[in-house]
Amino acid sequence: MSSRDEILSMIRENRPAFSPLPEIPVFIHEKPLAEWFTETLTGIGGKVVHLKDTGEVETRIQQQHGGVINTTDLSAAAKYRHATAQELEAVDTVIVPGIIAVAENAAVWVNEKDMINRLLPFICRQLIIIVQLTDLVPDMHSAYKKIRIDEAGFGVFIAGPSKTADIEQSLVIGAHGPLAMEVWFVGE
Amino acid sequence: MSTLPVSHSKAAEAFLADKPYVSWHDETLWFVRSKRDKAARSVPEWETLRELASAVKAHTLSRLDEYLVQFESNAKKNGIHVHWANDAAEHNSIITEILRSHNVQKVVKSKSMLTEECGLNPYLAERGISVIDTDLGEYIVQLRNEHPSHIVLPAIHLKKEAVSDTFHEHLHTEKNNNDPVYLTRSARTVLRNHFITADAAITGVNFAVAETGGFVICTNEGNADMGAHASKLHIACMGFEKIIPRAEDLGIFLRLLARSATGQPVTTYSSHFHRPAPGQELHLVLVNNGRARQLGRPEFRNSLKCIRCAACFNTCPVYRRSGGHSYHNAVAGPIGAILAPNLDMKNNADLPFASTLCGSCTNVCPVKINIHEQLWSWRQVLMKEGYGGKAKEAAMKTMAAVLSKPGLFVRTANTARKLMRAVPWLFNNKLNPWYRQREMPSAPAQSFKTWYKKNRNEQQG
Repeated sequence: MSSRDEILSMIRENRPAFSPLPEIPVFIHEKPLAEWFTETLTGIGGKVVHLKDTGEVETRIQQQHGGVINTTDLSAAAKYRHATAQELEAVDTVIVPGIIAVAENAAVWVNEKDMINRLLPFICRQLIIIVQLTDLVPDMHSAYKKIRIDEAGFGVFIAGPSKTADIEQSLVIGAHGPLAMEVWFVGE
Repeated sequence: MSTLPVSHSKAAEAFLADKPYVSWHDETLWFVRSKRDKAARSVPEWETLRELASAVKAHTLSRLDEYLVQFESNAKKNGIHVHWANDAAEHNSIITEILRSHNVQKVVKSKSMLTEECGLNPYLAERGISVIDTDLGEYIVQLRNEHPSHIVLPAIHLKKEAVSDTFHEHLHTEKNNNDPVYLTRSARTVLRNHFITADAAITGVNFAVAETGGFVICTNEGNADMGAHASKLHIACMGFEKIIPRAEDLGIFLRLLARSATGQPVTTYSSHFHRPAPGQELHLVLVNNGRARQLGRPEFRNSLKCIRCAACFNTCPVYRRSGGHSYHNAVAGPIGAILAPNLDMKNNADLPFASTLCGSCTNVCPVKINIHEQLWSWRQVLMKEGYGGKAKEAAMKTMAAVLSKPGLFVRTANTARKLMRAVPWLFNNKLNPWYRQREMPSAPAQSFKTWYKKNRNEQQG
């Protein structure tokens, strides 16, 4: 018998009596979402910027220093689709569009289609995610209702810059990924 | 012949020798526990979430085979190669074969307690494949040729001076520069080079979703993503109990995991893998290694609900004062003490006794595992199976004999009380293990029974 069949038959023999799968209720939150998100992201070392419209977004992108890869401009970013880690290692800033932002934990959902290359949001020094203010939801339950996790081959919730506290519990911002992270909300 | 590991109590004794260090260790972990409390209290529906998480896991265990088959079929449709390993040896050989077929020389690995449980690192090293642990804490302990002492904070037992010395020796950092930022940046530079030159990445899995055939990895450092996305080959390893039915269940578990672990609202990265990147190969190894056996033990099967947050470690008065290495098991702490006897009853018979049974672990567990009750149940099983040790067995037999005979009990207690008052040195000496690190109670002049009889008569009279 293969290990697969052996494992499955042992499980079948040993599993407990049926226990029902619960429904997940809707939780009501009173906090205003934009303030809540800002408070949370600031608390974990990130920064929130509010921009009125795409014009303001454009202006702000122009103001970024160093090497920038902006995947909101698909035609310009397409050439990085198959770039390797060696080629991307020196990138300073990556700008990607986010699909949903979650107020309770400042996580933003980004999927592979929008990031062009899976490495980009992780290998850069600074990450900027642009999200429509209307795509802000209170909690993870509402986020999972709005996304399909298998829509692309890879998707990720990102909350703040990379960090570690592995040395004596001292928080250090910037472990293997970005040293800084900003969320730009667009809309009024 | 295999030799028993150094027992928990012996190892703890050595750990306790340095008092200021023990206080530091204790306080550092309590600080993490306090952050967990603050995070939990900021979520009004916290208790509902714990109930939900526990119920989803209970349901999953009751239909585990069906969810695994569903997951396998969906993962295959997604282009993931799925492997099944019945034990640690098979897990290691499957991974070695995949690596060899790709001529892999160097692997970057993100945190996976399963690969620790299976002893993958030494196995690969013996076969000429070098493994670099990339979680900062794991990297530190790997350089020092140690094991992680904590499943979330692998180097929590080390002071920054020790880390600085280790980095100075291996990475040639400045001597005595103990600044955590400097040390972290130094490791970042070295590990970045490993990420971009490695031939393959091995990762753990936090959750696998049956309905979509994908899996989720949670990290703060971004090391799992750096490794997995930079390599042409990604192998993910999971104990089969990591499976959950639906994508929406992730909402429950991701809300609980980081808050319980470190008090963060969520980990920096919650990465959802469903299909390999173009030009990449993605493998997933589903591991049993005794889990199916644990599923068949009604009093212990709830331990398979564990999501490895380590909240039970941080709150445990014994763990905080004995350190992770004293548990001689990949997973230490209270949860490790109920998982370990299933892996090897004889070698791990001491672990369920490394507890005060205070129940704090059960109170903080995000999936409501009755940890302290299982510790107590294991003690009974181990005594019955004859793994309790001669001293414990003799003591319990004597206790049982005395406690079952009220007349004998009264006489024994009276004699003991009188002796404690007349000749206290008979008890307060180093031969009495209870006297070490403890003050013996002062013996009262009369027993409670005598006192009660007297006072009751006075009140009624």
